[in-house]
Amino acid sequence: MSETILQINHLSKSFGSNLVLRDIDFTVDKGDVTSIIGASGSGKSTLLRCINLLETPTSGEILYHGENVAGRGVNAAAYRSHVGMVFQSFNLFNNMTVLENCMVGQIKVLKRNREDARKQAISYLEKVGMAPYINAKPRQVSGGQKQRVAIARALAMNPEVLLFDEPTSALDPEMVGEVLNVMRDLAQEGMTMLVVTHEMAFARDVSSHVVYMNQGVICEEGTPEEVFGNPQRQETKDFLSRFRNN
Amino acid sequence: MEKIFQLSADIAKLWSKYGGSYLSGMKNTLILALVATIIGCMIGFICGILQTIPHSKSDPPVKRFFLALIRVIVRVYVEAFRGTPMVLQAVFVYYGLPYFTSFKFSNVWAAAILVVSINTGAYMAESVRGGIISIDPGQTEGAKAIGMTHVQTMMYVILPQALRNILPQIGNNFIINVKDTSVMFIISFTEFFAVHRAAVGATYLYFPSATIEMAGYLCMTLIASFLLRWWEKKLDGSSSYELVQEDQLTMTAGTYSHPDRGTPFDEQSKEYRENLKKSMKNRNFSARGER
Repeated sequence: MSETILQINHLSKSFGSNLVLRDIDFTVDKGDVTSIIGASGSGKSTLLRCINLLETPTSGEILYHGENVAGRGVNAAAYRSHVGMVFQSFNLFNNMTVLENCMVGQIKVLKRNREDARKQAISYLEKVGMAPYINAKPRQVSGGQKQRVAIARALAMNPEVLLFDEPTSALDPEMVGEVLNVMRDLAQEGMTMLVVTHEMAFARDVSSHVVYMNQGVICEEGTPEEVFGNPQRQETKDFLSRFRNN
Repeated sequence: MEKIFQLSADIAKLWSKYGGSYLSGMKNTLILALVATIIGCMIGFICGILQTIPHSKSDPPVKRFFLALIRVIVRVYVEAFRGTPMVLQAVFVYYGLPYFTSFKFSNVWAAAILVVSINTGAYMAESVRGGIISIDPGQTEGAKAIGMTHVQTMMYVILPQALRNILPQIGNNFIINVKDTSVMFIISFTEFFAVHRAAVGATYLYFPSATIEMAGYLCMTLIASFLLRWWEKKLDGSSSYELVQEDQLTMTAGTYSHPDRGTPFDEQSKEYRENLKKSMKNRNFSARGER
């Protein structure tokens, strides 16, 4: 049994009277690659944003190494520095170069010195194949390149878990591959990842664990073989059959 | 034509007598406008940041109360100073404070800078708020996601971008200040316009003096807008960038000193060149053959 990093208990979230997440329970162990799949509007992204406290959960708890971070008086900034996040819309800092994007968090949040931060940033930018572009501004590189920089920026903080919120949904089809390759490498290196995705092939081949969400609840979860090979629930079958037909 | 000669003669006469005063008036106007715009921008930034501190219903009541109080105070300040003429504000500050308290302005500069700064701050508060709102919320989320606090997010991510967006507004305020400081004659501050009043009081040459004033103000504002444009361009940075080849493999590509020298894989080995020649010949033959 490997170490549990995140444990989500009875998590609910509502926007006004609209209940988006209902009683979500699941755990993320060290080294897990969990894919969250489901139709648009099923609450996948909201769940991820709740885990990173970008949305405040209405009820329930999020245990990070056994400590509830969803309550009041929690230092959300400190917690977030351990939990990296990669967004659908990249969210690179437009006023900084690629290199500065990967350094600013290390310097200001982790208080590393400039030289170390620079080395670390460059080593991760090399890993995602963006090292030649360190002097470029985000507006000067393509979508796939932006997303790879965003991954390097998250990695440079040495997070324990990396959350991906539909990282390839805003990309042109020919750029999806370069981002998925980087993610595949990370998964193989044992990075703990939680990925909201519409890339079924990625979910099936790379993840160790698949969660299917439908209308704000976890409808089915298990290994990729279980969920893709032998889905138990009718909703899951319907959802997956839509992808097979395409 | 005769009138224009007359005007030139009058201007020359005024300038010979009051030239030094006009210039020192311009200097005072510029210093006052510049200092007051800078201080006003600081006030505006502080108010803008205070107004945009995120607040939610789940915050503790004390925090919510203070945030609400801050917003009310900023609101009142903005509305009060934006909604009244600067001339009267100057009178209120310069004559009102000594009227009620024992405080007295030791020099008129302090009073003038105070009034113009506060006035500019009221306008800038709204501009800064607008500038902050105009930045994509994704930027805030990106900063929050790597663990930045609200202050850090503001300092390193949002404000630099907001500053760029409100720079035209800052320029506007500076130019308005250059002109509007002319009302400071009311507290006998000797800026550019006060010199005009002094000069015409002695010479009655209203129109020639006004011509000098017009030209002077236009000069100052044109130079100011030119400098601001230049600053904006500088903030935008270069539109191109250099690729940095940190990767050793890409560095060696295209050079001849790779480790395979002397082996059959060496591009320069005899064997390789002969093979290459042969294949080239064959290709030529086949190409001709196809024709």
